[in-house]
Amino acid sequence: MRKFNTYFIILISSILIFFSGCASTQMRALETSESQVQIRSIQTRVFDSTDKKLMMQTVISTMQDLEFVIDKADLLLGAVTGTKFLGYTSVVMTVTVRPRGKTQLLVRASAQYGIKQVDDAETYQDFFNALEKALFLTAHQVD
Amino acid sequence: MKRKSYICIIVLLTTLCLFSGCATVPKGFLKLSEDNLEKRQLQMKQYDTQDETQIIQATAGVLQDLGFILADSETELGLVVAKKSADATSAGQVVLAGLADVLNALSGTPSNASATVDKVQDVKASVIIRASLEGGKTVVRITFQRIVWNASGQVNRVETMSEPELYQKFFDSLSKAVFLEANQI
Repeated sequence: MRKFNTYFIILISSILIFFSGCASTQMRALETSESQVQIRSIQTRVFDSTDKKLMMQTVISTMQDLEFVIDKADLLLGAVTGTKFLGYTSVVMTVTVRPRGKTQLLVRASAQYGIKQVDDAETYQDFFNALEKALFLTAHQVD
Repeated sequence: MKRKSYICIIVLLTTLCLFSGCATVPKGFLKLSEDNLEKRQLQMKQYDTQDETQIIQATAGVLQDLGFILADSETELGLVVAKKSADATSAGQVVLAGLADVLNALSGTPSNASATVDKVQDVKASVIIRASLEGGKTVVRITFQRIVWNASGQVNRVETMSEPELYQKFFDSLSKAVFLEANQI
């Protein structure tokens, strides 16, 4: 009986320690699962085009093809944000377009699934594949 | 005794597993679906004018006609976003739920299906107006989404709206508005 009690207490206290964590939840606001460099390379592609407006319009129509409803867009910032529903979960994605040098555009997509950041390279590749198709242009990895 | 503690450990470990975040993000949700062209057809209409401003103004007007409140816009990209709260009560659903409650009460297992019927919906419409790729025409594409709440204030479902009549009605109203505005009525 006593042995069992000791085990029980150890278990309960380890659970308490497990859940109490060390950091406050405030720091989670800036928490990411991958390194900054990794995330950038997964989310970013370069296109040989300089027409920012056309690129943004194509991004918008690609997002619409992917069943996103566009919430916000800003030509100056080059940002487009849309929401898509998957079952009960909403996926929010922001795509930014900005010039890179004089001949290229940098397109970056970042998505959130419910409360989780999407950091899967394949998922972003799917998006860029769809965008490439709509643009008739090839996406390059940023080097 | 030993057996009891084993069970205890197993239960606790399972709980730990559950809470430590086993839920993952599904893959493939940014892939084009096979019926995307069909959907696009439904959501799109071309107008024989190059005057994008006129179409944007007409769109905002139509959304107001349909009871929407404008939420956001970026006219340089031809974006207009509008929202509306509407009734979502469906008579059939209410009757069925009421009947289920009565039958369950009679059989001795009271239920509250009436509290889970659709009650209110928040609809969001997002319109993009742009010049057609071949030029000379203006393309309008609209998409609708909605969140439906039940009678006890919980979200019943969230969805992209795909009923053809909905899109048909919007474009009918828009065509009318474009005509009215072109003729200054």
